[in-house]
Amino acid sequence: MLNRLRRFMGIGWMAIGIISGYYLLMSQAIPKFQSSQAADKIPAIIYAFILTPLIVGSFLIFGFYALKGEYDQPE
Amino acid sequence: MSSTPKSRKGLVSVITASSVGTLIEWYDFYIFGSLAAIIATKFFPAGNPTLALLSTLATFAAGFVVRPFGALFFGRLGDLVGRKYTFLLTLVLMGLSTFLIGCVPDFSTIGYAAPILVLLLRLLQGLALGGEYGGAATYVAEHAPEGERGFWTAWIQTTATVGLFLSLLVIITVKGNMSAASFADWGWRIPFWLSIIMVGISILIRLRMQESPLFLAAKKSGQVSSNPLRDSFTKKYNFKFVLVALLGATMGQGVVWYTGQFYALSFIQNTLRVEVAQASELIMWALLFATPFFIFFGWLSDKVGRKWIMLTGMLMAIVCYRPLYTAMYETGLAAGGGTLPVTLVLDTANFWKMVGLVFVQVFFVTMVYGPIAAFLVELFPTAIRYTSMSLPYHVGNGIFGGLLPAIATYLSTKATIANETALQQNLPLPYEQPYLEGLWYPIVIASVSFIIGALYIQATPQQKN
Repeated sequence: MLNRLRRFMGIGWMAIGIISGYYLLMSQAIPKFQSSQAADKIPAIIYAFILTPLIVGSFLIFGFYALKGEYDQPE
Repeated sequence: MSSTPKSRKGLVSVITASSVGTLIEWYDFYIFGSLAAIIATKFFPAGNPTLALLSTLATFAAGFVVRPFGALFFGRLGDLVGRKYTFLLTLVLMGLSTFLIGCVPDFSTIGYAAPILVLLLRLLQGLALGGEYGGAATYVAEHAPEGERGFWTAWIQTTATVGLFLSLLVIITVKGNMSAASFADWGWRIPFWLSIIMVGISILIRLRMQESPLFLAAKKSGQVSSNPLRDSFTKKYNFKFVLVALLGATMGQGVVWYTGQFYALSFIQNTLRVEVAQASELIMWALLFATPFFIFFGWLSDKVGRKWIMLTGMLMAIVCYRPLYTAMYETGLAAGGGTLPVTLVLDTANFWKMVGLVFVQVFFVTMVYGPIAAFLVELFPTAIRYTSMSLPYHVGNGIFGGLLPAIATYLSTKATIANETALQQNLPLPYEQPYLEGLWYPIVIASVSFIIGALYIQATPQQKN
């Protein structure tokens, strides 16, 4: 029962990865890239090239592994 | 592991040597953050204070972002050549970088070379810190007897909090012994210079230490990994544990840690506008009262398991943050007679009430953070332990935790602006308590981490020796 939940939730973790990526790019990175202030460029680069790929990638792979049953435990 | 247990005396020496060095590294890392406002005026072009502060914050964030790279670089080295020499190297790197920050002439003397040098030294600090923690935790755990890893590694877990405490104490002491003008002029450099003495002592202690018995055994039997990065992150069996450690434990732990120890200070100083010295003092009391609980929860995790202690701490934080910060705001209002003046000085009763409210947050930190070193160490085998445990720790703390101030400030500023706009247009206010909006970041991140941890972390992890 719990293993089925673990696998099913895998879809949710992949969705969270995509939603987080969208949020980080649209609400944090892109507005900062478009800002006229030079100080905004550093956080924009951090969001776009470090945080977003890392968070999206981690959740997508984790979700995929969960869906495939890699995290199943003896019941 | 248990074939070569250390004597109690031997273990105390191991803990002392490891903890003192790690403590000094945290101290070095935090004095930069604690003195960020002053550093901004010294090293970034004058005339635009906002730009100067942002530049320093960017430098601070850069310090956090490079931590994961330090974890990879030194983690690999530690799994290849050994724990002892690797975390000796991180200590030297950290000590020199910190000392040199205190020596860099300011912008008015050498122009743009000043901020560039400070930025480079700050990056080196982040790199060194990334390599230190994993080494110290691994080294202690590999000396500890079976069934006592939680207790012994918990001493390493106190060092981040004690390092913050020490940095605040040194700054307050130096400030208290000179005029405000002298401190702003050159006195701020003293906490950086002091680092070299502490690092020197720590290096002498660490040089006398032996290599980890488990690493030596692995080396002798030819079980040391020839490519720890490949073995940690390209082999699915290990990588899936790296992911569960990151998303189910260190991600949530990172935001709980930063909320309890940094966001609380920022809220007290910037939102409640409590006088700076008093704000630092009350945080110090809260840290002092809570620190023994790191050891307690580390010990308890040996008895009842690590998973549910960490997750209970996370859950309590999720549920209590908004009521706690509401209480902090109301305490500030009560002390200010119903308003928040430009500089708020808390009376004795409200001061201790505020200490209590911060203490509760640090108590949550001790639940989540106390057992986590032992948890991470036990998740990975000796051959790739340094590399595999360092990365999720520093991504969870450095990135998810370290960027909390930026995202929380963004959320609360957005709410404040929305309220001001609504007020101008005679519309109902969209946010009842805009000052609480920043808390959504740690609450959401910790909630996701809690669910992942509860579902996917095994209650009794494999003991991988």
